[in-house]
Amino acid sequence: MANREKSGYTIIYASVMVIIVALGLALTHMGLKPQQVRNENIDKMQQILRSLNIDAEANVAEQQYNELIKNAYLIADGQKVEGTEGITPEDPAFSGEEAAKGVPVFEAEIDGSKKYILSMNGAGLWGAIWGYLAIESDGSTVYGAEFGNAGETPGLGAEIVEPEFRNQFIGKELIKNNEFKSIAVVKPGQSVSDRDYVDGISGGTITSKGVDNMLFNSVKKYDSFLMNLHSDNQ
Amino acid sequence: MALLSGKTKEALLGPLNKNNPVIVQVLGICSALAVTSKLEPAIVMAIAVTVVTALGNVVISLLRKTIPNRIRIIVQLVVVAALVTIVSEVLKAYAYDVNKQLSVYVGLIVTNCILMGRLEAFALGNGPWASFLDGIGNGIGYGWILVAVGFVREIFGSGTLFGHKIIPQSFYDMGYENNGFMMLAPMALILVAIIIWIHRTKNKELQEEA
Repeated sequence: MANREKSGYTIIYASVMVIIVALGLALTHMGLKPQQVRNENIDKMQQILRSLNIDAEANVAEQQYNELIKNAYLIADGQKVEGTEGITPEDPAFSGEEAAKGVPVFEAEIDGSKKYILSMNGAGLWGAIWGYLAIESDGSTVYGAEFGNAGETPGLGAEIVEPEFRNQFIGKELIKNNEFKSIAVVKPGQSVSDRDYVDGISGGTITSKGVDNMLFNSVKKYDSFLMNLHSDNQ
Repeated sequence: MALLSGKTKEALLGPLNKNNPVIVQVLGICSALAVTSKLEPAIVMAIAVTVVTALGNVVISLLRKTIPNRIRIIVQLVVVAALVTIVSEVLKAYAYDVNKQLSVYVGLIVTNCILMGRLEAFALGNGPWASFLDGIGNGIGYGWILVAVGFVREIFGSGTLFGHKIIPQSFYDMGYENNGFMMLAPMALILVAIIIWIHRTKNKELQEEA
């Protein structure tokens, strides 16, 4: 065997090893990629369905999503962006690509009445938080809410994903006196006067504050869309 | 040679008790704190680490006569990183929910001191079969601590096991409350310390001279 301590041997050894490992990893990644993308899409469909208060198992999520979601598109300045309609994972509303063109809206139909699902993004204590807000056709009343987080503290901030927190939003109104106000997340026991509010998570103050900011900043992007719906239904 | 001679048996069973990586060698503590707030991720983490340690040990043991001494740590790191990446990819494809719960900690298996410790201390000097058993033994030795801590933290922190309610509603009605402290990392450290305490009490030879 070649002398193991020679520089030449060391360099060749390292090069060969790295090439073999790189090839192996690339093949693994390519082989598993389709299944991974499918999982991610199903996860997103489950989140959208949860905003409609439907807890779908992974194996039926896709079917239920296709049944309930009637349309999806991007909106900018309250108007639908042309050529962005479609509910499949490849369409811009779902894929999140072309985000520069506008913000996504999903239209769902439940028991004959239309719901509009808005997408939200924000920051919690440790990382990103996001969510979906389902709005009744009056453009103001919340039908359901869903939240997700990348890494909030388990048992504290991460409790925003639990039904106990999410369900508080049902029936709350985003628009007060024809003005977009959003919904506040307050410390349990406190209140605000000019808009609807829900209780935050005890011990998860910064995450709760993040949800509060997200509810305002993300939903604000939809305000002319919501105001249009609101005035159409007066 | 018998499949389990004295030395290979020691390689497999030693880490479960008197040579446990977590409570005796105090390695791999960080992940023991991070992933044990629920039982399920603790079990998946235990399996993942066991697989990576066992396979990593085998690969390094097979290569041990060819690895240039000067870059042996780098070789070990590359092997471990490759295995961890594969485990992470497989989890993403077939256990998506669990992968979401474990989040960054799958990737951080690379930095688990147990792995490098076993590769350096055992696999470089022993055959593939003994190294495989050593990896399995250390993985399980690490795993049972995780599972024990995860069990206690989930049942007292959330009142559930595997997400199913265990503590009956009547307890809550009488004023029982989940212990929020169980969900935080310091409690995991305290639990590990309690296990170490009990373990040392039973194994006097592990106690250090005062």
